[in-house]
Amino acid sequence: MKLDPNKKLDIKELLKDLENYRPRRRGWHWREGRNQKRQIGDFEYRETSENLKNYIPLPGSRGFGYIDPQPDCVITTEIASGRFEDDIRRMRMAAWHGADHIMVIRTAGQSHVDSLLEGTNQGIGGIMVTRKQVRATRKALDMIEDEVGRPINFHSYVSGVAGPDIAVMFAEEGVNGAHQDPQYNILYRNVNMIRSFVDACEAKKIMTWANMLQIDGAHNANATAMKAWKVMPELMVQHAINCAFSRKIGMKAENIALSTVPPTAPPAPCMRLDLPYAVALRDLFSEYKMRAQQNTKYMESDTREATVTHTLNLVISRLTSADIQSTITPDEGRNVPWHYYNIAAVSTAKQALNGMDGFRDMVKIDREGELGQIVRELKERAILFMEEMLEAGGYFKAVEKGFFIDSGFYPERNGDGIPRQIDGGIGAGMIFERDKDYFAPVSVHYGYNNIPEGFEKASDAIGGDTFEDPSKIIYIDELDEFDNVNVRLDELKKYYDTEYVKPEVEWRADGVVAVTIFLPLDERTAEFAAIKCGEKMGLEDVTVIHKNVMHPAEGTLVEIKGKVKFDININELVIPEKIPVLSEAEIREDIEKNPMFVVAATVGEDEHSVGLKEILDIKHGGIEGFGIKYLYLGTSCPVEKLVDAAIETNADAILASTIITHDDVHIKNMKKIHDLCIEKGIRDKVILACGGTQVTNEIAVEAGMDAGFGRGSKGIDVASFLVKKRREMNNKDEN
Amino acid sequence: MKRPDDYEKRREHLKDLTDEQLKERFWELAYKIVEPMLEMGYKYTTPAIERSVLLRMGFSSVEVKPIVEGVMKKGLMGKGAGNVVWRLSKKLGISVREAGLGLAEGKYWDEVDTLFEGGKN
Repeated sequence: MKLDPNKKLDIKELLKDLENYRPRRRGWHWREGRNQKRQIGDFEYRETSENLKNYIPLPGSRGFGYIDPQPDCVITTEIASGRFEDDIRRMRMAAWHGADHIMVIRTAGQSHVDSLLEGTNQGIGGIMVTRKQVRATRKALDMIEDEVGRPINFHSYVSGVAGPDIAVMFAEEGVNGAHQDPQYNILYRNVNMIRSFVDACEAKKIMTWANMLQIDGAHNANATAMKAWKVMPELMVQHAINCAFSRKIGMKAENIALSTVPPTAPPAPCMRLDLPYAVALRDLFSEYKMRAQQNTKYMESDTREATVTHTLNLVISRLTSADIQSTITPDEGRNVPWHYYNIAAVSTAKQALNGMDGFRDMVKIDREGELGQIVRELKERAILFMEEMLEAGGYFKAVEKGFFIDSGFYPERNGDGIPRQIDGGIGAGMIFERDKDYFAPVSVHYGYNNIPEGFEKASDAIGGDTFEDPSKIIYIDELDEFDNVNVRLDELKKYYDTEYVKPEVEWRADGVVAVTIFLPLDERTAEFAAIKCGEKMGLEDVTVIHKNVMHPAEGTLVEIKGKVKFDININELVIPEKIPVLSEAEIREDIEKNPMFVVAATVGEDEHSVGLKEILDIKHGGIEGFGIKYLYLGTSCPVEKLVDAAIETNADAILASTIITHDDVHIKNMKKIHDLCIEKGIRDKVILACGGTQVTNEIAVEAGMDAGFGRGSKGIDVASFLVKKRREMNNKDEN
Repeated sequence: MKRPDDYEKRREHLKDLTDEQLKERFWELAYKIVEPMLEMGYKYTTPAIERSVLLRMGFSSVEVKPIVEGVMKKGLMGKGAGNVVWRLSKKLGISVREAGLGLAEGKYWDEVDTLFEGGKN
């Protein structure tokens, strides 16, 4: 199955023959072609990797030939809609925007399920991570990576009370990376601490065999602590415990990544607080990879604010280092992430990293002064933390005493840590000492294993295990006949490959739309007024997703979401046909035979010049390149001056640019040009065209122009129109 | 426990260490802390580990759960659930898959009692 960029990924086709699908590779993939200079468009880049085959560049790339430089670090996106068939579509969109690490969030509560789950039931805040969902997703990602031209890392969680089970399934199904940190289970999931570490030994051993990248869970301390910037010494201790533990099990340092978060966010002076921490961490953990996570602790419902925090975090990544740049969607503070916020977050990372490419060659961290002292102090505090752990009797005793997630800046203690008991938590008592004749007939195993005589390795006893012979893997399709992907696809069949469409934010045809409303009201009144607005617009289930007070009395910005009650039949849409352009040769030939002269300006009180210059200038593929001569009158040109210039020069056409749309001034200016030309008696002799970001052909024609050119128009579109229109006018004269 | 920040007092023994020595000390402590956990991992097994073994022996998640629960009931976790299935298959002269499926369906459990003569080692 190969993807066609112009066709939707066919979920039903994807699910066909899934029981026989085998992943084509194991292990993590770093981007190719890092650490080399690369010429892309007009620029030399110093921190990029190989370009993609198919991509969607940043909007601003229009001014730079639509280049899409790919930063040198892997970029993550986290997907959590609860329906894998919808997640897959979003993964494809994210890959086109530059994500190559797709992290799938698990449904709420899966870490407490003492078994693997099977089937495709809908999850809450994530999918049920099952073999079928993982296999279908891996299969889709295999196709998507071919489409974009870069391997994609698939990632989820090896934690909870079924860690070893999940590790096996991930290794078999070609999952490339996973979170694995027994401390996370203990502190945040209240899994028994011995169980958690014993399970982790086997799980990590399996991950090591599968060459998976491991990410730890230390960033959660940051999100949980009362004052996140005070847990920095402890964060380093948590990272160290998981790293040392994993290394002893056999994991390579290059496959171990620290999940590190800049602990604070504005309005705290975060750069001054976070930078020394980032430096200290990279000093101590120089052998390991850095997965730079975004700060979410201080994230509210404001997507703009979240984006700024993310950008500041990216500055830290570029000033220090990041092997994986994580992104959290800017809407995470308001809802389960929506499609386009995944893209927004990936784009923020790509944009900031592009912008800071090579920045370190000019800006250096000054370790001589204050920063160096703080770095040293943080390291010492972390060492003191570990010394006291050992004095207290080791890790388990330290956890019992509530050493972790205390809001005091160690050695300061506030007594508000999370204590766990050695015999408490989920899975307590479920630990069994291995007898002398304990035997596990598998090829990968941690700990004592009494291989019976006559076998070279343990799995020989059974003629090879699933890691050696994948045909032994038992695939389960569905266990629940009512809650599964086939039922969901069937319920929504009206919206799969038909002429019907509904707006959506996370699931096919969920009908959800968001509306931004400003109301000249106080916060509380505005909130209820906004809900009423949504209802009057015909939306169902209207809720407020964000509000921002502009002034206590003058007004409030409210964003609402709601569901539309209708769908659209795309066959009933009246879509104006795209006007075919003449070939370059035909335009040139026409102009050569009959020279053409135009006058052009940005009209009104409008200083925007870029768009019109691109239309005119030979360098940008403008009309000049086709032999058309022009007089450019600059910006903020009065309409009268433009029309007078056309009369004086006997111009064939007037090209007006109008960007500002305040109070519909663009439409008013167009009408004014038309009226003036009539008044001066030249309207039937001159071609009128107008362009601008908010201009469409329809708006322009209605305002009296002969044509309008909107966003994305090029010189050839205008030149082709001018030639065709002149022919049409000449024909009329002849008749 | 509440305690004011006594960093200056506590750091006395660290303050003259070079950055390199400090890093060495950091990792020395980390490796020391994880030693007992690694030992436990060597010595102990859990239902999840045994399920993971059975999965790799070619059983589904639905099949492995009742096998491990049965092994726990019999007090044979110390032998390994995979070991129970493997020994049973040898004893009965059937495939590993047949033996495990039988156990998952509630069969052969009486045979299991005879697999480890002499009881626990």
